[in-house]
Order: sequence, then C-alpha cells, then structure tokens
Amino acid sequence: MQSPIQLEISRRNLLISSAATIAVTGAATGEAVAQGARTSMQHMSKVSLSVNGESYNLDVDNRTTLLDALREHLHLTGTKKGCDHGQCGACTVIVDGRRINSCLTLAVMHDGDEVITIEGLGQPGALHPLQAAFVKHDGFQCGYCTPGQICSSVAVLEEIKANIPSHVTGDLTTQAAVTPAEIRERMSGNICRCGAYSNIIDAIVEVAGTKA
Amino acid sequence: MRAFTYERASSVEAAAKAAASNPEAKFIAGGTNLLDLMKLEIETPTHLIDINGLGLDKIETTADGGLRIGALVRNTDLAAHETVRRDYGLLSRALVAGASGQLRNRATTAGNLLQRTRCPYFYDTNQPCNKRQPGSGCSAIGGFSRQHAVVGTSDACIATHPSDMAIAMSALDAVVETAKSDGSRRSIPIADFHRLPGDTPHIETILESGEFITAVVLPPPFGGKHIYRKVRDRASYAFAIVSIGAVIQQDGTGRVAVGGVAHKPWRIEAADTELPKGARVTASALLADARPTEQNRFKIDLVERALGAVIAEARD
Ligand SMILES: Cc1cc2nc3c(=O)[nH]c(=O)nc-3n(C[C@H](O)[C@H](O)[C@H](O)COP(=O)(O)OP(=O)(O)OC[C@H]3O[C@@H](n4cnc5c(N)ncnc54)[C@H](O)[C@@H]3O)c2cc1C
Ligand code: SF4
Ligand code: FES
Ligand code: FES
Repeated sequence: MQSPIQLEISRRNLLISSAATIAVTGAATGEAVAQGARTSMQHMSKVSLSVNGESYNLDVDNRTTLLDALREHLHLTGTKKGCDHGQCGACTVIVDGRRINSCLTLAVMHDGDEVITIEGLGQPGALHPLQAAFVKHDGFQCGYCTPGQICSSVAVLEEIKANIPSHVTGDLTTQAAVTPAEIRERMSGNICRCGAYSNIIDAIVEVAGTKA
Repeated sequence: MRAFTYERASSVEAAAKAAASNPEAKFIAGGTNLLDLMKLEIETPTHLIDINGLGLDKIETTADGGLRIGALVRNTDLAAHETVRRDYGLLSRALVAGASGQLRNRATTAGNLLQRTRCPYFYDTNQPCNKRQPGSGCSAIGGFSRQHAVVGTSDACIATHPSDMAIAMSALDAVVETAKSDGSRRSIPIADFHRLPGDTPHIETILESGEFITAVVLPPPFGGKHIYRKVRDRASYAFAIVSIGAVIQQDGTGRVAVGGVAHKPWRIEAADTELPKGARVTASALLADARPTEQNRFKIDLVERALGAVIAEARD
C-alpha cells in the first residue's frame, strides 16, 4: 500500500514532469501557474534594461529568460520561441551589439544591457535594408523564423566586418571575406522549417554587396 | 525549471565560498548549457551565482610567452583573438567548428570545458541514466549508441564529452587554473582535468565543491601546422561524430587529440610519437583499448581516415 506521503510525492512528480512538458512546448504562463506555489520574493529580481532604445524596469521571476521577458512582460512578440533550447535561432536578438539566443539567457543577467529586437531594426514604412531585402527576395514562407533570421543576418555582416573568423574562413590571418559560403556558414544557427534558405542567402548577399 | 535564488558574485573568492557552502548552488557563465539542462530539470540548482561581472574576460601573454585565457572570455572572442589565430590556430578552428555564432557569443572558456554530454538518454528524463541518476542504469549500453564513446568506457557509462574546444586544449597541453573556497589556487593539466566514467559517471572532472575556474593557460606556441577536422552528420551546427585536433611539424612529428570517442578529450602521448609513421599506426596506438558497440564500431575506421586526411593536409 502506498502511504499518503508517497502519494504526495508522486503527485508532486507528476506536476513537475507536466510542467517540464509545458515548458518544452513553449507556454511559459502554464509553467508559472504550475510552479507558482514554490516561488517567493527571494525568487524574484529587479532588472533594468534598454530595449530598442527605451528603458524598462522589470520585476521578474529569476527563471524568466530574456526571451520570455521580451514576449510576456514587454509584449514584443516579434521575437519568436521555436525550440527554447538554443537549437533553432528563432529567438535571436542583438544584445550590446552581439546576436545571442534569448532563450538560453536569463533576463536578470542583462541588467543595464541594450537589447535590439526585430521591432527595433525597422518598422513598416521604414524597414531596415535587410528587412526590405527579405521581402524583395521572398526570404520566408510562414515567417516564423524570419525575425531571428534578420537579427542574425544584421549581426553576421557586422561580424565579418569585425574580422571574426568562421568555420569556412580560409586563412585565419587575413580579413574574412563577404562570400555566400561565409554567409551560409554563419547563418547555420538559424533553422528555417519552410526551407527558404536560398532566398534568405540571396537577400543577405544583396545587402552585403550594396554595402561593401 | 525549478525556482532558484540569484546573486551576482562580487569576487572570485566570494563566489567560491558561496558555492562551497551550498551544495545546491551553481555558477552561471554563458548559461547556454546550464539553462538548457535546468529547463529539463536535469540540473536543479536552488541558487545561481552569476560570475559574469568579475573581469575574467581578458587574454594576456604569460611571462614564458604562453597565453592566459580568462575563464569568462567568450568563445567568439577567443577564436578571433590575433595571437590565437596566429600561434594557436587549432584553437580558433575548433571553436568556430562548434555550436552557432549566437551560442559562441555567449559561451565561455570555462563553461565550454564543463559542458555536459549530449547522450540522448541523459537528456531524456524518462530513461535510466547513471550520469543523471546514479545507480539507475545506462540506457545507451544495448540501446542506440551510434554517437557514443569507443574508448575509456565503463559498464556504467559510454557517453562522450561533446566539446570541440577541449580537443584543441588537450592537443595544446593547456593548464586549467582554479581558485578554491579556502583561498588556495591550483593548476590542473588538461589531461588530468576530465575523468573517465568508471563507476561514477556523474563526477566528470576533478574539481572540488565550489572550485572556481579562473583561467586556462596555454604553453608557448609550438609552431607547425594547426588543423582541426570535425566529422559530423551535417556540415554545420552539429556535434562531432569524430574530430581530430593536431599540430604537425614539417618533419611529420606532432601532437594529436581525438574528440567524439571518449568521456574526455582523447590524448595518448605514446601515440604522438607514432605520427611520422602515418595514420594507421597512430590511430591504432590511440584506440588500442577500444571497446566499441556494434553501432559505433565505424568510429574506429573514421578516426584513422580523418587522421589520414589531417596528415595529408599538413603536408600540403
Ligand atoms: C544547440 C547547441 C549546439 C551546440 N553545439 C556545440 C558544438 O558543436 N560543439 C561544442 O563544443 N559545443 C556545442 N554546444 C555547447 C556549447 O559550446 C556550450 O553550451 C557552452 O560552451 C557552455 O558555455 P557557457 O559559458 O554557456 O556555460 P554555462 O552553461 O554557463 O555553464 C556550464 C557549466 O559550467 C559551470 N561553470 C561555468 N563557468 C565556471 C567557472 N568559471 N568555474 C567553475 N564552473 C563553471 C557551470 O556551473 C555549469 O555547470 C552547443 C550548444 C547548443 C545549445
Ligand atoms: S552513456 Fe552515460 S549519459 Fe548516456 S545513458 Fe549511459 S550513463 Fe547516461
Ligand atoms: S527558441 Fe531560442 S534557439 Fe530556438
Ligand atoms: S519561413 Fe517558415 S520557418 Fe522559415
């Protein structure tokens, strides 16, 4: 016979494992409800960050990723949650000038940082050159990966300019070149389920060419 | 993810003390491995110590002409550093062969060394795994083991260490510098840093509780050709099936480490001396004690062939 304590433990395990499933499928609010009882003030932190040039002061559960802070707290839903595990690039944003996966970093780790999301790159009527090129070249189908692709490609062109090497860079002691092969390799952290890759590369190559 | 408290460390000493006094605390650097595992509740720290603000992000020349790499130097910055590209090209190459541009912008030197295995059963919390839950069994032995280790394995675990960077560090004879909670410091040769699984696969390094990695130090440059060759299931953004990190001199002598085959970067100094004799002899010396599974036996041939390609490239 199971004692009440054992029952309590298995109920708790059930809650924990269902919370984990919810987290994987991406409903952050469900997770917060399931675990709310276990959080306290010590599990919250204050964080100030600048997003697209505006300052925000947030009180967040320490577990809040930068991605969830942007989407759930600031309602900047341009940044997407694909895998929530660093595997797809849909959540790519630019923090202090560098692209990162916002799903694998905590909001509390970014106090004082400057974040740029797809909304900050350009808006309808005043598109960033890469946003315009993605439209022109049909660099998407469903569009879910697109904000991540565009944030990533903006940073990729900067990384090449800053002479950061990649896996396909030939001579490590010379300036990295803006070639389709370089762009393709550097964009490999952004997966497109619709397979719009060739048009994405065309869009980036065009902007790289006109800039260079 | 389980709830946790959070602090920003004020110094290395304070961070080491805080970690040693609370067995459920963990340091967080880039967070790209720890948070991944926390979301799955494979890691369940109740306290996180953020070590990003401690100024450990510098790369400096040492007195003997080597290089001291701060623990918090990002993988991107290490790969792009002028001296690393010129004198330790193997390290740059290994770094840019790993993960993605976004991940490398966050991932740190220490975090990369301490990243945990990608064994799918370690990640699947519904399956037995001695590394995740000591004593529960190993699902990979007798399960899908194509990606797993072929050498240095045990009956408890056949997982591999997934780091590309660590293969370069191993071939380059890096030394890991640490600070302990009692204020003492130590220098650990990379060969002694990671452990084989034995019957405690959950203990992966010789670090003590609270021990803080402050830097990784490279000896003065070795010259020679620096080559990192990674064989994987797709051309980019995938972990190694097998990888070779080598420095090869004009006379054919050199140093070599192998990735994707063991629980730690695989380096046998006796195998280095065989390099001038070619890939077959060197690979046999490296994998003399291999115990592959039916599914990963192919790695034995793959190591030899990848090494053959590296030796040929060095001659070019
Ligand atoms: C999709 C994906 C693909 C990847 N592909 C590759 C690949 O192909 N090749 C590859 O090599 N890697 C790959 N990685 C792994 C990546 O390189 C690691 O996640 C990264 O290097 C970890 O560094 P971090 O600073 O983010 O570590 P964290 O996640 O911050 O920390 C990892 C561990 O190290 C501990 N730690 C950190 N710093 C210190 C310190 N100074 N002292 C003591 N302990 C410390 C932490 O407590 C934690 O336990 C991939 C990751 C992802 C998500
Ligand atoms: S190989 Fe190691 S990590 Fe994988 S299931 Fe077995 S014990 Fe776990
Ligand atoms: S959601 Fe961040 S990488 Fe997929
Ligand atoms: S456009 Fe649909 S995932 Fe890329």
